[in-house]
Amino acid sequence: MNAHPFTLAGAQLQARGSGALHWPAQNLLCVSDLHLGKSERMARRGGATLPPYETRDTLERLDAELVATGAQTVICLGDSFDDRAAALALSEDEKLWITRLQAGRRWVWIEGNHDPGPIDLGGTHLAELPIDALCFRHIAQPGQSGEVSGHYHPKVRISARGRAISRPAFLVDGDRVILPAFGTYTGGLRSHDAALATLMRPEALAILTGPSPRPVPMQR
Amino acid sequence: MQPLPAPIAGWFDARGWSIHPHQRDMLARAADPATLLIAPTGGGKTLAGFLPTLAELADGTHKGLHTLYISPLKALAADIKRNLRTPVEEMGLPIRIDDRSGDTSQTRKKAQRADPPHILLTTPESLALLISYPDAPKIFAGLQRVIVDEIHALAESKRGDQLFLALSRLQTLAPGLRRVGLSATVDNPAEIATLLARHPDPCKILMADPGPAPQIDMLETAEAPPWSGGGAAYAIPAVLDQVRQHRTTLIFHNTRAQAEIFFHNLWLANEDSLPIGIHHGSLARESREKVEAAMAAGDLRAIVCTGSLDLGLDWGDVDLVIQVGAPKNVKRLIQRIGRANHRYNAPSKALLVPANRFEVVECRAALEAARENDLDGAPRGPGPLDVLCQHILISACAGPLTADQLFSETITAGPYAALTRQEFDACLEFVATGGYAFRAYDRWQRLMQRDGLWQLRDPRAASRIRMNIGTIQDADLMKVRLRGRGKPLGEVEEAFAASLTPGDTFLIGGRIVRYEGLRELTVEVSPHAARKPKIAVFSGTKFATSTQLSQRILRMFRQDDWPELPAHTSDWLHLQRQMSRLPETGRLLVESFPHDGREHLCVYGFAGRNAQQTLGLLLTKRMEETGLAPLGFVSTDYATLIWGLDPVTDAAPLFEINALRDGLEGWLAGNAVMKRTFRAVATIAGLIERNTPGARKTGRQATFSSDILYDTLLKYEPDHLLMRVTRDEAMRGLVDFARIEELAARVGGRIDTLRTPHVTPLAAPLLLEAGKVPVQGAAEERLLAEETERLMQAAGLN
Repeated sequence: MNAHPFTLAGAQLQARGSGALHWPAQNLLCVSDLHLGKSERMARRGGATLPPYETRDTLERLDAELVATGAQTVICLGDSFDDRAAALALSEDEKLWITRLQAGRRWVWIEGNHDPGPIDLGGTHLAELPIDALCFRHIAQPGQSGEVSGHYHPKVRISARGRAISRPAFLVDGDRVILPAFGTYTGGLRSHDAALATLMRPEALAILTGPSPRPVPMQR
Repeated sequence: MQPLPAPIAGWFDARGWSIHPHQRDMLARAADPATLLIAPTGGGKTLAGFLPTLAELADGTHKGLHTLYISPLKALAADIKRNLRTPVEEMGLPIRIDDRSGDTSQTRKKAQRADPPHILLTTPESLALLISYPDAPKIFAGLQRVIVDEIHALAESKRGDQLFLALSRLQTLAPGLRRVGLSATVDNPAEIATLLARHPDPCKILMADPGPAPQIDMLETAEAPPWSGGGAAYAIPAVLDQVRQHRTTLIFHNTRAQAEIFFHNLWLANEDSLPIGIHHGSLARESREKVEAAMAAGDLRAIVCTGSLDLGLDWGDVDLVIQVGAPKNVKRLIQRIGRANHRYNAPSKALLVPANRFEVVECRAALEAARENDLDGAPRGPGPLDVLCQHILISACAGPLTADQLFSETITAGPYAALTRQEFDACLEFVATGGYAFRAYDRWQRLMQRDGLWQLRDPRAASRIRMNIGTIQDADLMKVRLRGRGKPLGEVEEAFAASLTPGDTFLIGGRIVRYEGLRELTVEVSPHAARKPKIAVFSGTKFATSTQLSQRILRMFRQDDWPELPAHTSDWLHLQRQMSRLPETGRLLVESFPHDGREHLCVYGFAGRNAQQTLGLLLTKRMEETGLAPLGFVSTDYATLIWGLDPVTDAAPLFEINALRDGLEGWLAGNAVMKRTFRAVATIAGLIERNTPGARKTGRQATFSSDILYDTLLKYEPDHLLMRVTRDEAMRGLVDFARIEELAARVGGRIDTLRTPHVTPLAAPLLLEAGKVPVQGAAEERLLAEETERLMQAAGLN
């Protein structure tokens, strides 16, 4: 099965191979750090003109996850857009695609550091969202528990018989889960990084994304 | 020829020197638009290049920049500055000489632009940077001559393409510019002349007296070389003997890893503590400079080195060159041998050390080719478009331009003489808009056309573009430092660093260190006192044996006997002939035999390492499709060994060239070779910026792998310009499909499948060869499953 189950604050959650988090009891799908419009922002700021296909690629994968899980609630956990102007500059097709995904679903945009403030697309804008014992926010806060966050784009590198394999990963402990970035044009921060190592408990696991998600003890 | 100005003639006379004939020829041809001088190292080549400049500057009337000297190495430019200043001062000439490279201070660089010296010594990258400034027309207005040193080395890489494009720009800024190229012995002087000259100007080729023929032999050792491997540890005592008998010995290796291992073993056996150093491109600049200084001072008896010493620096006292491992390429061998004995008229002395039994044959073939001066070389492809894209960006930084003007300038550059307007326009389109079918960047183009002139949309982008000038790809190197003391030891490839786990030991700079961990972008190590490192390999470039050399080996196989080879090797070839047969030029030998409970297939293609590797991938794919259950393969320069569950009785159907080509199409797309090639192409073309202002501060999650860009283009726009460039390049380079086609044409269906009862003498070494490639589609997932399971269990979590 393409998901790894775990429990957080009593909630039965599924870390999916795509990098999305599924909460079957709530019929809820959560994705983080979509960074839609990243190529547009880079070009606007005088950088390279990257292949402008990451928004449709990200939406395509999100679409597939919604079909696969049948989720009725979608939480985008912040940094959904690379910045506000990038959100405004999405093509009509891309905006329509988002509208189509939102149809018939409860859709929540959590604000991130890249996309504070409301954006003129459907859905609700919130700084954070508590549901039962869980709380969804963009950046993890030390001392919280039952927290679902993103922001750091965690990734893990495994060395298997001399071959290095790097994958985006969920970081999970008794207090929180940090989601990997779902956007196509996103890199990762290794779990060794001090920011992640101090945030997570010593017994934390990393769940590697990919065709079959696999847990490993979090490297630090 | 003008008579030599008095101070110069007097300087020669005072020393009792007479001017070399090729130096005289250079003076006589000083007015030619382009001249190529081919001369051995030490023949006064550099002075020959500069003499016309000195003569023209002797009267002190020229204002501003007169001569630009370009070398592939910063160190060489600095070296030449020292070596040129001395005679200029002794002659009392009023000439200002300065060098400029990435190491030059900002203040000095500014001063050079405001008030250029008469002679500026620089590198292709620094020149590209210079022409990107709006004041380039002012700097180069009076330029008379450009001297390209070691042009044979530059011509082999994209650095040369970039340089020749820069020259086309300079020629517009200084229409009277004359070009001079200085080259070591090459197989294709006419081709290099075409690259150098402004197309279609003629270019006279001057050949200096090559001096006496070199003495080349194979090193005699008490012990026979091993069956496989590349370390040549068996030859250590004999090599040390040679070092003792000579003043200074250069010991060349083909890869950095081999140089490190050999150096380590050499010191373990160095009982007299002879001063021996190591020099290769992965070492920290400080360590390299130390070795260079010690060498210049005559303090070292030997240096273990790689291609980093192939070029230039003139160390007169080398009296022996040892090449460890088959040289793979005769031209490179001769150039390396030329490093010995720079005294004119003394023959260079060289010894070849085969690392294994097959290399005995290859060394013999190379030695004979070198004696006959039969040089090899692959035809050069057309000027690469990624370099042109960068050149367009550089040109736009200097100021607005018209497409017509830049195109007509571009096709005067030798490598781009056959460029079509369509190709040029595709490059311009890519630079301006990204060139995507989906027009996303109309508002944010990099270049905009205003009043018919192309210019940067945002002039501030210029500094960003300048930060990324250059075509050298350092394959993501990571610095290695000693933990705590912070002393840099050198660099390793990121992929190698990623495969290390704490506690692993490896060799760098001749010492064994223990891997402690990663800290930001640095590999931290601690000293480790072991005799044997656990992991020794960090790969350098692996060259494929050239076509010419492979053919020579096949011709040697035709002989009835091999008196020129040591007995251990000729016995081995006789045994092969007795048990099977020897490969031939016009046929393809394929052996099929059982060994160790598996079926084996050995294909003697003699197509070079890269092509044999590609052949292994394609053949196993075909075998998989036809149910022959291959399990894995390994390749060397001359053969590919495939193992599997079922015997192959007739290999001929596997070699249908069209089927192989079809297989290539599908396999290539997702291949790591393509991704690696794409990264280089996209970086040069300006799609990926290695350096961005303040990038490091935002942390690593802001950057993402170029593989993602490749995958995205493959999915949404597989025919994008950069994807086309990537495919072309991979086919010529790492995939080397051309040599597979050449093989197919050469054997034309004459494929002999020989069934033998057991492994044959020629195939046996392949069983021991490192670098076996497993054939399993889901390899990565399986490895990951194993390893994650193990880690969970180790943590008591399962």
